Formats: sequence, C-alpha cells, structure tokens
Amino acid sequence: MASDVAATQQTSEEPQVALLNRPEVRSMLFQGLLTLAIIYLIYSGITNMFDALDRAGIASGFAFLNSSAGFAISQSLIEYSQSTSTYFDVYVVGVLNTLIVAAIGIVLATILGFVIGVARLSDNWIIGKLSKIYVEIFRNIPLLLHIFIWYFGVLRLLPHPRDSADFGFMGLLNNRGYFAPKPIWGDGSFMIFIAFLIGIVAAFMIGSWAKKRQMATGQQFPTFWAGLGAIIGLPLLVFLVLGAPLTWDIPVAGGFRPSGGMTMIPEFIALLLALTTYTAAFIAEIVRAGILAVNKGQTEAAHALGLRQNKTLNLVIIPQAMRIIIPPLTSQYLNLTKNSSLAVAIAYPDLTSVFAGTALNQQGQAVEFISITMLTYLTISLVTSMFMNWYNARMALVER
Amino acid sequence: MKKTLLTTVMGAVAALGVSAGASSAATLDDVKDKGFIQCGVSQGLPGFSNQDSDGNWSGLDVDLCKGVAAAVFGDATAVKFTPLSAKERFTALQSGEIDILSRNTTWTASRDTQLGLNFAGVNYYDGQGFMVRSELGVNSALELSGASICTNTGTTTELNVADYFAANNMQYELVAFEKADEVVAAYDAGRCDVYTTDASGLYAQRLKLTDPAAHTVLPEIISKEPLGPVVRQGDDQWFNIVRWTHIATLNAEEFGITSANVGEMMGSDNPGIKRLLGGEFGEAMGIPNDWAAQIIKSVGNYAEMFDRNVGPDTPLGIARGVNALWTDGGLQYGPPVR
Amino acid sequence: MSDNNISYVRTEMLEEQPAPLSEKGPVAWVKNNLFSSVPNTIMTLIGLWILYKIIPPFISFVFLESVWTGADRAVCATEAQGGVQGNDWFGGCWAYVGAYMKQFIYGRYPDAELWRVNLTGILFFGSLIPLLIPSAPYKSANIIFTVVIFPVIAIVLLTGGHLEFNGFLLPDSIMAPSTAKFAVDFVILSLIIAGIAALIARGSDKNPMPSVMGALFFMGAVAVIFIVLGVNFGLEHVETPIWGGLLVTLVIAVTGIAAALPLGILLALGRRSNMMFVRLFSVIFIEFWRGVPLITVLFMSSVMLPLFLPEGVEFDKLLRALIGVALFSAAYMAEVVRGGLQALPKGQFEGAMALGLNWGQMMRLIILPQALKLVIPGIVNTFIGLFKDTTLVLIIGLFDFLGTIQLSYSDPTWSSPVQNITGYAFAAFIYFLFCYFMSRYSTFMEDKLNTGHR
Repeated sequence: MASDVAATQQTSEEPQVALLNRPEVRSMLFQGLLTLAIIYLIYSGITNMFDALDRAGIASGFAFLNSSAGFAISQSLIEYSQSTSTYFDVYVVGVLNTLIVAAIGIVLATILGFVIGVARLSDNWIIGKLSKIYVEIFRNIPLLLHIFIWYFGVLRLLPHPRDSADFGFMGLLNNRGYFAPKPIWGDGSFMIFIAFLIGIVAAFMIGSWAKKRQMATGQQFPTFWAGLGAIIGLPLLVFLVLGAPLTWDIPVAGGFRPSGGMTMIPEFIALLLALTTYTAAFIAEIVRAGILAVNKGQTEAAHALGLRQNKTLNLVIIPQAMRIIIPPLTSQYLNLTKNSSLAVAIAYPDLTSVFAGTALNQQGQAVEFISITMLTYLTISLVTSMFMNWYNARMALVER
Repeated sequence: MKKTLLTTVMGAVAALGVSAGASSAATLDDVKDKGFIQCGVSQGLPGFSNQDSDGNWSGLDVDLCKGVAAAVFGDATAVKFTPLSAKERFTALQSGEIDILSRNTTWTASRDTQLGLNFAGVNYYDGQGFMVRSELGVNSALELSGASICTNTGTTTELNVADYFAANNMQYELVAFEKADEVVAAYDAGRCDVYTTDASGLYAQRLKLTDPAAHTVLPEIISKEPLGPVVRQGDDQWFNIVRWTHIATLNAEEFGITSANVGEMMGSDNPGIKRLLGGEFGEAMGIPNDWAAQIIKSVGNYAEMFDRNVGPDTPLGIARGVNALWTDGGLQYGPPVR
Repeated sequence: MSDNNISYVRTEMLEEQPAPLSEKGPVAWVKNNLFSSVPNTIMTLIGLWILYKIIPPFISFVFLESVWTGADRAVCATEAQGGVQGNDWFGGCWAYVGAYMKQFIYGRYPDAELWRVNLTGILFFGSLIPLLIPSAPYKSANIIFTVVIFPVIAIVLLTGGHLEFNGFLLPDSIMAPSTAKFAVDFVILSLIIAGIAALIARGSDKNPMPSVMGALFFMGAVAVIFIVLGVNFGLEHVETPIWGGLLVTLVIAVTGIAAALPLGILLALGRRSNMMFVRLFSVIFIEFWRGVPLITVLFMSSVMLPLFLPEGVEFDKLLRALIGVALFSAAYMAEVVRGGLQALPKGQFEGAMALGLNWGQMMRLIILPQALKLVIPGIVNTFIGLFKDTTLVLIIGLFDFLGTIQLSYSDPTWSSPVQNITGYAFAAFIYFLFCYFMSRYSTFMEDKLNTGHR
C-alpha cells in the first residue's frame, strides 16, 4: 500500500508548493531573521555602551578587582581588613554573607513551614485556624515590608547596649545585635571533629546493615537512635576523654557594645527572621497540598495493615507527599536565596548590598559590577536547581 | 551623529519618557532646544535640595541650577529637577539624562579624572563630622572607639571614617545604607551610636529625628569635602557657564549687589560692577550679556543664597565659617570678571 | 411476609431523640475539636496562649488607645516626648495616616489634576471588574476596551498627553525632526509593512490584496492611537517624578503584567517550538530572568540601561523600572503559560492540524483560548507576586506606596515613636487587602475551572 503511494508520487510531478509554504523554508527564514535581529540588538547595545564609556572617559575592564577597597564591612566570614583587602575580597565576603543567610534561612523556613503545614491539617480547631491565619497574613504582605517591620519596627524596642537584656550563659541582646558566647577550643580539638566524621560514616553503615537485616529477617533495629548515638555520642566521648578542652568567651556588657563573644548583627537577624517567616508561609501551603494530594486510601490501608499513626506518617504518607512537595519546594529555596538580595534595604552586607551597592558606588563601573552580581546569582540558582533535580530524580517513583 | 535602527524603535517606545532629542557635544544648544535645564539633585536634603509638599524645590544646590537657568534663558524657572541617589548620580550625568549634577557632591581626584566629569567649582566648603546622642556624654570623636557608625554607601564619608579610625587606632562597626532616609531611621532607632556625613548634612538630617534637640554634632571635622556642581567632560562652553554662574554670585556679594538693588546697580560707575552686569562675557559663552544681572535678580548673591537656605536664621542654623568670602577670611574667592 | 403480630416486636417507631448533649452542641464541639486527647489539649492551650498574647495588644493598639484626629505630633507623643498622652501610652496614630492619605495615594500629583487620576482609576476598575466576572456580558468588547482603548486614555490622562513625536526613520539631514517628519516616517513604515505583507502573500501563492489591506488597516489603527497621544487636549503635563504612592504601585504592577502577558505567551510558544534557535533563545531568556533577583534587575535598569542606549535617547526613571519589571515578569509568565500549553491534551493540537489550520490559526483559535483559560489562576498569582514586588522600586528611589510611607517618616511635623509602626501597619493592611482579595479570586477561578474535569 505504502509503496503504491510512493510509486504514484514518483510518477506524478512534484506537488506545486510555493516556496514560503514549505515548513523547512519558513522555519529557516524565520530563525535566520530572529537570529539576525537578536545579534543586531546585542551588537548595537554593546557598541552604544562602548561609545558611551569612551565619550565619558569611564574606565572599563576588571582591573579594579585587585585594587584596595578601603571601606569597612560589618560582617565577614573571612579575614577582611579595610586597608589591605581588595574589591575581590569584598566580592567573596558578599557571596559568603548571601550564602550563609540563605542557608540558615532555608533550614529554618523548612522546619517552620513543615510545622505550620502539618498544623493546618490538625484536628485541633484553634491550631488549624491559627496556622491558616499565619499563612494568609504572611504571604499576602510584601517581603520588603516584613524586613522593614523586623528591622525598623522591632529594633526600636530593643534596649541600648548599656542595659542589654542579659540571658546569662545564653548571651546578651540589645540594639547592636545578639551577642552569644564564643567557644574557644583547646588543644586536640580536631580529634572531636574527626570523631564526628567517623560518627556520620558509622551511622550510615548501621543504617544499611539494619536495612539488610530487616529485609532478611524482618527484625527491626532502632536505626535512628543508634545513628544519633554514633554521631553525637562518639564526639562527646572523645571530648570527655580529652578532658573537655573547651572554654567559653562570654560577652560582657559595657561601653558602646558588649566585648567578647560572637556577634549576630541586627541586620542579619532581621533579614533572617523576615525571610524565614515569609517563606515558611509558602512552604506550609506546599506541604499541606502535598499531604492532601496523597490518597486517603493510603492512610486507611496503612491503618488496616496495623501501622500506628506515626509509622503511617513516616513510612507511607511522607514519602509519597515528598514527591509532590519537592519541585515547588525547590523554587521556594531559590526564591529565598534571590530574596536575600533585599538585604540592600537594611544594609546587611550581602552580595547585592556590599558589591553591587557600596563597592559599585565607590568605584563607578556599573556594567562590570552589575554583570558579576547577576552572573553570581544565576550560578547559585542553576546549581541549586541542578542539585534539587538530581534529588528529585532519586525520590521519584520508580515504576515497573 | 550616529543613529541606529535601535534609536528609532526606542524613540517610538520612549513616547512616555523624555523624547529622543538630538543631543551632541554642545549641551548649551541642546538645552536651548528643549527650553529648560535638567538638573540632578539629591532626594531630599534640607537646605541643599529639598522639595516641599507642593513639589517646589529649594536649597543651595537648587539655587545654583536656577542661577544657570537665569543666565541662559533669563528665566530661573526654566529648570527641571531629577532627584538622584548617590548610586545613580554619575550615570545620570554620563548618559545625558541631566545637564548639571548639583547634588552636594564632593570634588575628588578619582571622580574628576576617571568618571568623565568636571567639577565646575565649589559652592559649599564642607567637612565630615559626627553626630551622637547627647546622653552618651561624648565630647570628642576620639572617644568613639568601639562605636557603631551609620552612614550612606557610595560616598566619600565611608572611606574617610575608615582612614580616621585607622589613624587614631580605634575600633568601629560600620553600617552603610543605600538611602539617606534609611540611615536616619536606623540611627533614630538606636542601631548606631554615631551618624556621620558632611557636617551640613548632619544639621539637615537632624531635623528629621524624633527629638532633634537630644543630639549633638561633635566639633571634629575629619575631612575636606568641597561640594560643587558637576558637568560632563569635554564641553567647555557649558562648563564655563556653570562655573561662572557660581563666580558671578560671589563677585556680586563682594560688590554688594543684591537681588533688591541689582536694578540701580546697573547704573553704577564702579568699573567692576559694570563689567559684571553689562560686559561682553555672556556673548563669549553663548548666552545673553545680562546673564549676571539675571542670576542676581532671580537667586541673589551668594550671601543671600546662603542665608536663605542654610544660614543662621534657618532651621539648619549653619554659620558662614569657611564659606565666608575671602575678604572676611573665608575660602569663597571669585576670580575677577575682566 | 410472615405474621408481624409478635408481642416482643415493637410495632411503631420510637420518636426521634435529640443527640446526647455529649455528642452535639457547643460543648461537644469544643470537646471533640479542642480537648479530645491530652496532646490535643496541650495544643489548644498553646493556641489560646498565642491568641492571648496577640489579640489584646492588637486591639488596644489599633482601636482602644489609638488617636484618630489631631493636627501634629503632639497628639501622638507622650508627655515625656513633648506630647499630650500619658507616659505609658502606646497606640496607633491614625491621625498621621489621615493627614498623609492624599500623598499615600497620589504622591505629589498636583491637587487640581487629581480628578484625572481618579477618572483613570474608575475607568480601570470599571472595565476590569466585569472582565473578571465570568458571567458578565459583552466580553470581547470589554477586552478590546481594557487592552487597547483604556491604556491610551490612561496615558493621556496621567501624563497629560500631547506627546511629541519627532520622527524615527529618515536621517535628520533629509528632514528636521518634527511632527511632520514623524507623519512622513510613519507613512513610509506603513508602506514598507504593507509591501512585506504582499511579498509574503505572493511567496505563499495567495492573493496579496487582503494581506495588504489588513496591514494598512492595522497601521491605520496604530496611527489613530498616535494621533490621540499627540493631540493637545489642554491637559497640564504631569511628569512622572512627582507621581507617587498607590498610583505608582498600580501603574507599575498593571503595566508590568500587561506587557508581560503577550511577551510571556510568545516566550512560552517559543520554548515549545520545533525551531532550534527560537527554542534556545526562549530558554536562555526565561532562565536568565528567573535566575536573578528583581533588585539586581532594577539596579541594572537604573545604572546600566542608560549606557546601552544610543546617545540622545533617554527614558525617564519610571519607564526604565517598568521595562525591567516587564521583562522580569514576562519570564515568570512564560512558565505559567507553558504549564497551560502542556496541560492541553495532544489531541487538541492534532485535531487542529487535521482541520487544516495553519500554526497561527491553530494557536489563536484552538490552543491559546483553552490554555490561557486554564492558567487564569496562575496569571493572577503572578500578578500578586508582581504587586508585592513593586515595593522594591523604592530601593532605586521611586516613591511607590511603601516608599511614600517611608518618605513621610522624615517629616518632623508627625515624627513620634509610634509613627513608624503606624505607617508600616497601615501599609501591611493595604497590601494585605489587595493581595488577599486577588488570591481569593484566584481560588474562585480555580474551583470554577476545575468542575469541568471532575
């Protein structure tokens, strides 16, 4: 049959199709024009830029990264000194500050979001309604306003350093920030860290051994407690054996600011609280939707099998809900990371604030500074979403 | 002049914004074509450039732009103001969005040489100072070791603080905000012990605090901050107009010409006054010859501008100090008009 | 059946009894929902404690202690701060919000011209609300008014119209820039477009006349818009730097979404296209804007964009921010629309092709109407996100609603310790109102659209 058709077509003439009606010609033409237009746009943008830079006599290039910055930064995870550090150091400080607030924010927002998401489904009327109100209020108010309220609103209520709120060993709280005791590790402390690593490895090994044993014999092993024992107990043991080589540098109130201890600056606290509470509202909704999406029959079947409530949750509901939760959760994590750039409004020295802000203002090469900043965020976003895609693929349902 | 297709498309799109006027090296022609001067000012600094609730701008920096408008058009209202942040100000000038930047901008070597800009003079000699709460009992900046300091980013103040504290071997914590209003809010909320910026700015911003009387400006001035108008590099004609607008107000004060008596001074026999009010210098700059008279008529001489905006009788209450004329021992020295 | 007359079988039904008090009524409800078990009771107590901590101070701040009238800061400050209130007073200063209300809504828009903003607002909500109600009549007329006629009226009303067009095509050496040159340029452009239309029609073996007429008709409509924009209606010109408050917030959000929707649809189609380059550009564009924070986009538009434009072309600050916001939300919109396209069964595409529709007809008549309807909730959610994100423009120095509130803090007339918190509370309330009702609408549409599938 098919060969017949082919044969008739060969004998008859090529069908008369106008040139522009051929899909491949159209497609080539359209793509060619589009490519040309885009190249032209980029080209004219760039030439305009160089024209403007030339005309104005503005320097260009990335040489500034090696020149000395000369201004102070209020929070830095690496060694930073205003007199010797370069703009590149400023960049590193900014990136690290962004990452630390994003990382802690993600952890806290996930915990808070899961708690509230589960609470929304609670049988308890008050708890359910309170969670709903929380979600509605927090997600319907702009994040920037959250940040301002935490920073300018709450900051006013905190005491002056001279009459700091003193929590004894827990540190001091005043409008210069939260001052926590700083651990000072004595000799041999690295052994504790090594013990900690060994503990983690041991926990994994116990886990896989217990799984194999359960598969083989059906007997269960308290993996969680054993793992926890390995991770916490082992370092603790080493710590005690070494004779507890740890002292605390406790902050003392006085002068302009307490001396000693570790400082969490108010900008960090305000930004962290705002990011956490705001994102938690979205995560709570995702968690709720994920749990609701698991068929009720699953719960009933698990109960019928004799699983108790927490086992049902851990072994049946959560693994299934996680598949639905993870993709939107990923985008919330990315949003939180990107939203941390609002730090610029309250002077937390993150990448945007310290690099695309202060450093750019000092140096003036807008194109270079903004490009580096955008590319950095782009990289963070792509890496995070790649990691979460990988994790998602691992968690995805393996069908026959 | 280069015009691409992009221009055309953008020109059509830009209907909402400023129309795509023909701009080239000659700012004066451009300004004359559009009929007004676009002047970049601060987003609100009482005494220098501030907007009242009806949207009228006033201040020392604003008066300078009005003076230029009077010189060019004989009409001090032919000027529009663009409020700019510290970050935007130089880009706005470089890209041609504004014709003059008159935004309490410090004249420094790097800005003058690397950004394609020229400083046309110094209309206010300032210096960086510190403000603290009176209740702290601090009397000198040297007692500030360990203090938290609030300031603006993108200004010379950040660098000056760094130098000053390093030189005196003192510790400090710097909290640098993008906008001046946020600095004030954070300082007012108690985030910082010290607010630092140009001394004039301290007096101006103090008015915005909840209780202005509870704050003291410390006596130390830790830097030189010559503030002045800025224009694009490479347009000498425009540069001259802006520079001589300022100088005209200085000379007017020296000769005793005020906005009130400029009319009768036109008939003066003093050759200096005659050259200023009726010389041929306007023509050389491409503007009418009565330029100086128009400036003085509309914004007054330097003393009038100073007293009206920042002087002792204003809420800012700043004394002339180094901004007095050279004849009174100050730094304001107008080169002769001859 | 068998004989029913057995003595131990009841012959008549018992009367219905009310449920026992322990199973019904408020007491039982409280017992079942709040105190059913020990953990539940503990949770209830925690909940009650939280309520106790929040509600009384809230009511006291907002209603009981608050000040509603007054002329300056004295009414909102304690005696120690130079005011009239007792020393442990802590309440909202609504008098300050009232005094500033005009600025919060219009910024510094001139008093005499406020009717223009009001009229624009009335037209906007008047045309939008029927559009949002699924059962309202005259949908297509409504859409045309909202999408084509309203924006033109809004531009004329808000800016004052009488825009100058200097021409764009011919070099300045042939004809000096003027309105006449613009007209000449426009006619030339129209002819070129009509010519291209004719060429395309010829190339695909069709009668060129309908294409040419169509192109000319379209350009004629565009010309009418330009004429309306260019005519002097005698309205005073109001520059964008003095706009502010809620006006700016709404202008940015609405323009942003209006520009993002068509761009987003194009990008979504591009991302699903078979053409490699088109797909590649779409993916790069979408992923780039979704990967960077909006604030860096705004920084870019405020300090970098001016350098990319040819000399002599300037945008004002609001327009630059609008461009940034529109591109940014277009990327998010593209992903929403793509979701709708993917949700359509393949049969719809195949059916359309089997009918002999070309790509444009298929998209316009079959695919997009269904896909866009599916994603209305997604579009509304994107709009809510954009509405909240407009607050970021205050960082680059535009005075939107939150920016105006912050600006008012620097006015010594009202500065008092509660001014700050009152202003933020008011801002939170307004943003909440807008976002909450939009999200209600989104949920409503979702439920409405879902019924067909269940």
